[in-house]
Amino acid sequence: MLDGSEATRLLATMWIIRHFEERVGQLKRADEVHGLIHLSVGQEGTAAAVCGQLRDDDAVYTGHRAHGHAIAKGAPPERVMAELMGKESGLCRGLGGSMHLVDVSHGLMGATGVVGGNLPMALGSALAARLQGSDAVSVVFFGDGAVQAGHFNETINLAALWKLPLIFVCENNGFAEFTPRSAHTVVERVSDVVAPYDIERDTVDGNDVGAVWDGFGGFLEAARGGSGPFLLECLVHRLRGHYEGDPGKYREAIAADEWQKQDPILRLQRLGVEQGWFGEDDCAAAEREAVEAVDRAVEFGRESDYPAFELVAELTYADK
Amino acid sequence: MTRITYVKAINGAMAEAMRSDESVFVLGEDVAEGGPYGTTAGLAEEFGVERVLNTPISEGAITGVAIGAAQSGMKPVLEIMFIDFITLALDQLANQAAKAHLMSGGQLSVPLVLRTQGAAGQRSAAQHSQQLESWLTHVPGLKVVMPSRAEDAAGLLLSAIADPNPVVFVENRVLYYRAEEVPDDAGPVPIGEAITLRSGDDLTIVATSRLVSESLAAAERLASEDGINAEVIDPRTLVPLDLDTIVESVKRTNRLVVAHEAVEHGGFGAEITAQAQAAAFDWLDAPVERVGASFTPVPFSPPLEDRWRPGADEVHAAARRALG
Repeated sequence: MLDGSEATRLLATMWIIRHFEERVGQLKRADEVHGLIHLSVGQEGTAAAVCGQLRDDDAVYTGHRAHGHAIAKGAPPERVMAELMGKESGLCRGLGGSMHLVDVSHGLMGATGVVGGNLPMALGSALAARLQGSDAVSVVFFGDGAVQAGHFNETINLAALWKLPLIFVCENNGFAEFTPRSAHTVVERVSDVVAPYDIERDTVDGNDVGAVWDGFGGFLEAARGGSGPFLLECLVHRLRGHYEGDPGKYREAIAADEWQKQDPILRLQRLGVEQGWFGEDDCAAAEREAVEAVDRAVEFGRESDYPAFELVAELTYADK
Repeated sequence: MTRITYVKAINGAMAEAMRSDESVFVLGEDVAEGGPYGTTAGLAEEFGVERVLNTPISEGAITGVAIGAAQSGMKPVLEIMFIDFITLALDQLANQAAKAHLMSGGQLSVPLVLRTQGAAGQRSAAQHSQQLESWLTHVPGLKVVMPSRAEDAAGLLLSAIADPNPVVFVENRVLYYRAEEVPDDAGPVPIGEAITLRSGDDLTIVATSRLVSESLAAAERLASEDGINAEVIDPRTLVPLDLDTIVESVKRTNRLVVAHEAVEHGGFGAEITAQAQAAAFDWLDAPVERVGASFTPVPFSPPLEDRWRPGADEVHAAARRALG
């Protein structure tokens, strides 16, 4: 169960992700961040509640919608922002960009732009942990769109066969790129897709941070003890398009008052105030601090230099 | 000296690497059973099935598993049973393994060896007979090794396992059971070094895999029938390519033939040809000649496959053309 200190920490993380993403959207329109930008506005609860329970030596793999996962796993926001700007001080020295955030020191082991490609790699890290006798777990974030990829079935089968400590976290936002899930498959719930494999699984309201915290926490404890795999499906709402600047004609915007009810940040704030974990002033302060942190991140990125071209050849092959 | 087959050399190198480094493990389809050609025979008995992992027929996922394990500190040796099936592993290999080091700004490395084999000549038809190494040489971030002899197979495999990069190790099952004399304790062969297997001053033949022994046979015929002394070079590694050894030879012989079993069109021979002529244009007395298969799928019917598959006769004919 979420307690006051954890809720306070998660709230701070979620506000940073929210404002980071909103700012990235603005910077994309101003051509200060580059390439294909996929925002996770509205999905902050899963990133915070999952990564907030992990250790630095637990491996996290994510996909193209990765900024929130990176920040929640401990990547400094200023280095994520510098990466999106293509700067040398970025998380990946400006060579990866938005879809390829990696921060090995915090266990962020990979983000792939090829939907589903991260699934078997996460299983590989879980296999490494077992072979090394470590109690580290591996977590992979993916969207409902990845479930229809061949890698998903292959990886679920292998994970179940080898019983590895891997936790699959599906952020089901109901849309695979531009089209709703119903246009891709007849199986509505991702947790139903894996039913024959006898994998312990759950579907939770991803806008309810406490539910994600509890659902994931239970799986994590078991995985830490060597069990696995597990699948947690989080039903979330992607407030923005598939990527920034996409045509966006394919969906209707959620009504503002309905979103006020669902917004995982506002829900956590209402819960925290009700529980006496923090006051409304604390909530406002958390948001203000997040805005300031994002301001600093933008400044850091703007003041950083682009990498030298020679770095490309230097890093094509590893020398040790 | 010990008499040993190519397949035993590979098997022995894997066992040696697994004995000396706990992080080395083997995975692939049927590997604990030894595989269809015995390349992994006996490994499960010595090292256990935890380190010699049988996998389902899921080339994409097992390649991803190997990459993830490599990123997390292990040294996987992954077997893809036929190079024809590399199609199913290419997303992981080309999009993930090859790019992880660069895209992470140098944080990640993928010390993975992907062993596979390809060969025509065994009536296996067009989906089990291809030589697809040129697809892999086109991907920056991958190293591609293609040994033709038992001694090199063992030594290069040891180097590939020790290498911090993803290395695709392309074997040839037609060569598996040829016995060869190999020095005892030969040790690793460095990646990126060619070997000159026959010295000569009239013509240089650069050949890979099965075409190396075919080229040596062609060279003997050139010597006995034509009075021509051909030099035969096996690059052993395609990426990185030891161009210096090839160019040094061409500057002496002034004529070059490049030979492989793969389809000539778009084959790696074209890359060797282009690089060699750019570096030694003024020394060449004739156009570079290439030997490779015709631009068709491999035919099944035995006489057709035999005609499709290039060998010593085609190398000899190409040498004659280069000599004018």
